[in-house]
Amino acid sequence: MSEPRTLLAIDNVSKNFGRVTAIDGISLDIRENEFFALLGPSGCGKTTLLRMLAGFETPNEGRILLDGRDIARIPPNKRPVNLMFQSYALFPHMSVRANVSYGLEMERLPAKEIRSRVDAILATTELVAFADRKPEQLSGGQKQRVALARALVKRPRLLLLDEPLGALDKKLRGAMQLELKRLQHEVGITFVIVTHDQEESLVMADRMAVLRDGKLLQCDTPHAVYEHPADRFVADFIGVMNFVPGKAADDGVMAANGARIAGTVPAMLSPGAAAVASVRPERIRLFPPPETANRVAGTVEALAYHGLDLQLHVRTALSQKPFLVRVTADAADRRPVASGDAVELGWDAADVRIFAD
Amino acid sequence: MRSFTPSRSSLLMAPALAWLTALMVVPCALVLALAFFRRGIYGGIEYSFTLENFGLVLDPLYAGIFLNSARIAGTATLIAVVIGYAAAYAIAAAPRRWQPVFLFFAVLPFWSNYLIRTYAWIVLLNREGLITQLLRWFGYTGEPPSMLYTEGAVIAGLVYNYLPFVILACYAPLSRLNPELAEASRDLGASTMTTFRRVILPLTVPGIAAGAVFVFVLSIGNFVTPALLGGGRFQMIGNLVYDQFLTANDWPFGAALAMALIAIMLLVLMAQALAADRAAGRTAEAKAAADG
Repeated sequence: MSEPRTLLAIDNVSKNFGRVTAIDGISLDIRENEFFALLGPSGCGKTTLLRMLAGFETPNEGRILLDGRDIARIPPNKRPVNLMFQSYALFPHMSVRANVSYGLEMERLPAKEIRSRVDAILATTELVAFADRKPEQLSGGQKQRVALARALVKRPRLLLLDEPLGALDKKLRGAMQLELKRLQHEVGITFVIVTHDQEESLVMADRMAVLRDGKLLQCDTPHAVYEHPADRFVADFIGVMNFVPGKAADDGVMAANGARIAGTVPAMLSPGAAAVASVRPERIRLFPPPETANRVAGTVEALAYHGLDLQLHVRTALSQKPFLVRVTADAADRRPVASGDAVELGWDAADVRIFAD
Repeated sequence: MRSFTPSRSSLLMAPALAWLTALMVVPCALVLALAFFRRGIYGGIEYSFTLENFGLVLDPLYAGIFLNSARIAGTATLIAVVIGYAAAYAIAAAPRRWQPVFLFFAVLPFWSNYLIRTYAWIVLLNREGLITQLLRWFGYTGEPPSMLYTEGAVIAGLVYNYLPFVILACYAPLSRLNPELAEASRDLGASTMTTFRRVILPLTVPGIAAGAVFVFVLSIGNFVTPALLGGGRFQMIGNLVYDQFLTANDWPFGAALAMALIAIMLLVLMAQALAADRAAGRTAEAKAAADG
């Protein structure tokens, strides 16, 4: 495969509404044929950024380059970018076919071409049987597919999706996550999805950007963001993390109770500075071998069975909050534990991430 | 909520039904009966059955007045819908917290009497009225324009009086419209004009229809505005009915004219109800199909 090419370059873009800064100097590149996720808590600016890409907001500063051309001030009806709205925004007075044809009619394409392209996309999105229905005659999942078909049929350079699965129930979401990824692969269009659901971006995205208060915190592959979060906020926001607060030492963090958590200290943290050591629940072992770098005794407070794994809350002297530990069903079967049991937890120094606190 | 048994609901409806029967149905029936009698030689009523009153309604002279009334009411309706829709659109597009304030100003004229509002137009349109004075202030020295006692004055009066109905009727669907629909249309490549024509307008037609029917029905039977602003020169059916009862003393013919007017209004209202019903039926059908 050839070297991925930059399709969209967001170059030092800022946007404020009155005195409120929604986007604060964000720069990031989105590559051709990529499934890219903009992730962050509500109010982080991700929707504003998406609306700037669609043309509904104009940045106060910076450039938005699509194929090298600055589109920041081009109106939404004149850019090769389409948006799938969170509410789907299907035209209620038009049939599914009319909804999907609308965008091609605006391009003044010949009727024959419109018909064949609409037929093709209805087949791809499995909507042929519903072509003559009105939006109100469709289920949530079907509406979502119509919204997708309506945007995809335009063959945009960039497809923007605003919380596309937000309105669906949990079971359907899981199926649609994979469905969206399959479709993106099939049509070969670059997708930018906005979501507040970190699990959704981990599952779907090739790369993701984590935003907070209008600033870009980290932009990388889901694996890199999960394994090497840029800061404490990202570590906490993506997945589940156990934190042990303390002070930075040469080769780890000194917890309040005097215990030392071994791990690699980032260069920017000088010894004695407030720091936090963190470890993912699935990296913690119950009853670890004696050579394990970090070990601590605790008491099981609660446990929840999830089928594939067992989640334990273990109270230790290291932190106020109990540790969350995930052990596989197999491991739990080998050595069963119950609420109130005294246990020992252990994890490797390589699994510890240390951040400024 | 507890569902009402049929007997309970008829009990609750009884006062309204009694009121309507005594003050609407009975008087209307009396007027209808009147239309089938002859006019006495010296006025009054001769109680012998005839259909000639209704024949007279179709006489070109009177049918012409019906057509003229329909034309004036139609013109007023068209103007009121255009102005009212634009105003409703602007109000619906304003910031949420300002919308009730603007709506309040839109219906403010209703707080004063219809007659007083119509007299105000006489003050405006008079030969030496406010408009003429304004023209003079700008340096106009010619003959004062004749604006009062014209068809234009009647239409202006009707539009002014019924505009709030159109604004309220159009505001309701416009304010409920999901703003993302217009954005989606723009996103798919439509200009602002195309978006209005193909998305916003079709979705707000019910409001336009309701407002238009209101203005038309109230205008075609109106007699105060044509009497005061038309100066009696531009007769509408309302004036004709008024004249038959109070001047010509021909009650049976007046009754036949009134019945014809009611028939026209009922037809317009039924057409609108039928159209609304069909739209509602489609919606219900669609809902059932989606659930099933």
